[in-house]
Amino acid sequence: MSSSAEILSQAFTLGYTYTRTTGPVVGQFLTGLRSRKVLGIKGSDGKVLMPPVEYDPHTAEALSEFVDVADCGTVTTWAWVSQPRKAHPSDKPFAWALITLDGADTPMLHWVDAGEISAMKTGMRVKVRWAAQTKGLIGDINGFVPEDMDLTTELEENTSTEPVTGIDAPSYLTYNFTAGGATARYLAKLKQGKLVGQRCPSCSNVYIPPRGSCAACGVATTDEVELTDKATVESFTIVHIPIPNNPIKPPYVIANLVLDGANISFLHLLSECNNSDVRIGMRVQAVWKPAEEWGYAMENILYFKPLDEPDVPVDQIGKLAEGGR
Amino acid sequence: MRDIAIVAFAQSNCVRDAGAKNEVELIMPVLTEVFAQAGINSAQDVDFTCSGSCDYQQGAAFAFVAGVDALGAVPPIKESHVEMDAAWALYEAWLKMQAGDAESALIYGFGKSSPGELPIVLSQQLDPYYLAPLWVDTIAFAAMQARYMLDQGLITERDMAEVVARSRRNAMNNPHAQLKAEVSADQLLTEAHYEAPLRRHDCCPVSDGACAMIVCTVEKAREWGKPYAVIKGIDHRIETHHIGSRDLARSVSVEQSAQALGVSNGPVDIAELYAPFSHQEIVLSRALGLDERTVVNPSGGVLAGNVMMASGLSRIGEVAMRLIRKEGRRGVAHATSGPCLQQNLLTVLEAE
Repeated sequence: MSSSAEILSQAFTLGYTYTRTTGPVVGQFLTGLRSRKVLGIKGSDGKVLMPPVEYDPHTAEALSEFVDVADCGTVTTWAWVSQPRKAHPSDKPFAWALITLDGADTPMLHWVDAGEISAMKTGMRVKVRWAAQTKGLIGDINGFVPEDMDLTTELEENTSTEPVTGIDAPSYLTYNFTAGGATARYLAKLKQGKLVGQRCPSCSNVYIPPRGSCAACGVATTDEVELTDKATVESFTIVHIPIPNNPIKPPYVIANLVLDGANISFLHLLSECNNSDVRIGMRVQAVWKPAEEWGYAMENILYFKPLDEPDVPVDQIGKLAEGGR
Repeated sequence: MRDIAIVAFAQSNCVRDAGAKNEVELIMPVLTEVFAQAGINSAQDVDFTCSGSCDYQQGAAFAFVAGVDALGAVPPIKESHVEMDAAWALYEAWLKMQAGDAESALIYGFGKSSPGELPIVLSQQLDPYYLAPLWVDTIAFAAMQARYMLDQGLITERDMAEVVARSRRNAMNNPHAQLKAEVSADQLLTEAHYEAPLRRHDCCPVSDGACAMIVCTVEKAREWGKPYAVIKGIDHRIETHHIGSRDLARSVSVEQSAQALGVSNGPVDIAELYAPFSHQEIVLSRALGLDERTVVNPSGGVLAGNVMMASGLSRIGEVAMRLIRKEGRRGVAHATSGPCLQQNLLTVLEAE
């Protein structure tokens, strides 16, 4: 996490680790690629569509008649990428192209490894460069190359006989997440060991963590209110199942806690108590990490522990003034 | 079809990076502005609220739900969301009003694209078997479309540069624009190619921002005593996702929508066209049958600033506000989504 002025940001990568079923049409096409064969599909008007689609784009008729097409063809249009992006299939300059394979009537999109832009031309002849190992994916075509280029890569045969019915299609997207203004101020105070919420100028409710608005009134919140680290249990659950990647060993207690002086709860852990003693209305207080370990995170508080104070009646939870009464 | 009035519209500045502003902090200022324009207090004073946004842009799951914190939705309001440009949120509200289920609606859209690599994020909205695994991005599609048109002699690079020069010039009168300049086509043509045949200026910038609009029945607008522009019709069409089966030199869907809405039945004084790439403005102008009598993209269009998920609604808002200011009698607004203008939503508007 980096901080400059009030901007807190952190890079993170979101993984969408999907596996997808292909259905019979895409599956048969990918099964073909795995054996280094290219298949098109006949549309309602008899024209050969590439790559195969399940339904005719004009008539919506279900399509099923596969046709062999060549692994070479003609570039119908192209774009030159002089500075490839990290995600792109090539780290050298390359062309995206629409390519009409011999025997097909519509062009398919793929990329061409031509070396330099001067080698690219609309109408040029290109051929598939097969991947050394095929997997039943669109990437089994390791780009196209100019037709007269010699290819020397050793091609391994894929001996699978089962048709392709699914693919692994993970996708990872990296973002530089920036905390909002209200959140950034909240986290900056949290780093100093302070819990600072925001008060709604309309209904006077205090929100922590603040998001910059009162969700009930729809007005911006700007008045900051420092709160104690004492809270009341609004509700709780005892977790008995292990959660992948969670270092905390079950069973443990997660509670909705309302800080004194606040009107909305947040989630945190409860500890230093028998799980069976936890109850709604119970008074608790934060147990902080050593100050030198504080960062811009709620983990500065390890957990909350019970206080030797009388329970708060249910109808008073979330209505306590600063100081607990 | 029932006429629907646009009584308020507000948009944020288009900025490359909104920094420490979350969705609520982006939305709230434009909401405050449209409430003031319409003379109402909050979302509680309209019958329906609908928004457009896409969480993938900023990589924050359920950001669209968090955005509801800006509305004051206590007691509960009737609310909906589209994972599309907010022009489609307007379309949903318009249909609801046609059905007689609402007399007024708040529409808003927001986009924070700066946290991610937008062209790559958008690549993942494509066909998951044939295209997304290649990470083919939005710029590539536009560049291939431009070359296809150049090769056939349907446009020239000068035509494209002239679109950009006009956008930069018009944007000088738009306080919300991100890119504005007095620059000639000749100057633009001296710049190097970016993703050939596109130059960097042929591509819209990446922008953060938000916009909001209030629409209502004409009766309600009169009751509120506010000036308004009227939506005469909206038409949305989508072309096949199978890029090889499309004629990239035309926008068949816009041609059909224009016919369905009777665009050519009267003069078009103003057109705001969502053309993220310069040549696409030419495709759209041709599909709409526009000539020199129409002022195209007086705001500078999205080449001057493109808040994904808000820019489409802003096109409609731009036309509406100009009609309210009596800059014209009749206008057309266009919104798009998907590669090479795959989806198009056309709106015909008239002055009060």
